[in-house]
Amino acid sequence: MMLPGFPDAAPLDGLAGGVLIGLAAAVMLLGLGRIAGVSGIAAKAAGLGGSGMARGSAWMFFIGLPLGALAVMLASGGLEARFASPLVLAIAGLLVGVGTRLGSGCTSGHGVCGMSRLSGRSIVATVTFMAAGIATVAIMNALGWEVL
Amino acid sequence: MRANVTSLVSGTLFGAGLALGGMTNPARVRGFLDLFGNWDPTLAFVMGGALVVMAIAWQIVPRMARPVMAETFQLPSKSDLTPRLIGGAALFGVGWGVAGLCPGPGIAALVIEPVSAAIFVVAMLAGMALVRLTEG
Repeated sequence: MMLPGFPDAAPLDGLAGGVLIGLAAAVMLLGLGRIAGVSGIAAKAAGLGGSGMARGSAWMFFIGLPLGALAVMLASGGLEARFASPLVLAIAGLLVGVGTRLGSGCTSGHGVCGMSRLSGRSIVATVTFMAAGIATVAIMNALGWEVL
Repeated sequence: MRANVTSLVSGTLFGAGLALGGMTNPARVRGFLDLFGNWDPTLAFVMGGALVVMAIAWQIVPRMARPVMAETFQLPSKSDLTPRLIGGAALFGVGWGVAGLCPGPGIAALVIEPVSAAIFVVAMLAGMALVRLTEG
């Protein structure tokens, strides 16, 4: 399905992907009584604090992420992806790592789990990182800095 | 064991959702953040779909005595807005905008672009370690 005015958008794939992400977070919430916050779970798996779940469970979730992507990749015959250069990826990764620990979460914990619970902290965090991301891309574009 | 299987199922569904929704492609995520340029609204549909399902899940929680596979619910209880929360979220947002990757898609993309995704994930863990080291 095409979205009028947005030839690059994939609204149905997006919606289907979102429902799967919601189901994943619901399995974590109703199954284990926990938030599916990827940054906290990744920190736990790496032994860097983070989520209160058992380290083995954190690893299972961590490993599941690429397994799920692999399933979609195999089923769809390949996934389109364009990545920045190693230096840019390293800088971005550092910022994301520091930021998610200080900010207690990322797009999954705050954006999906917290906002759907109407958590004030999560709504403020989500608005903040969305605004920062939008500003970053706008400034980079204005400076003509193409990274992808 | 049951906790591990539940966690694996959740992670796998999560990774499949990210890939299906296009979030493992940094170009698409940056397209969403390019609000004042060539805006790609796909991520809004991803967020919308996830939020509707999770809003329903939160309605079920009060009706449960305990989670299906665990003894108790262990949910965040903080409600204070601190400079740390806002500053951390802002730093995260800048990193997200720079490369179009956040933690979930970065880890999921390890099977799509292994070297690029690994550089991002290792740097992310290094950033997390930095916070851990400075705060003890």
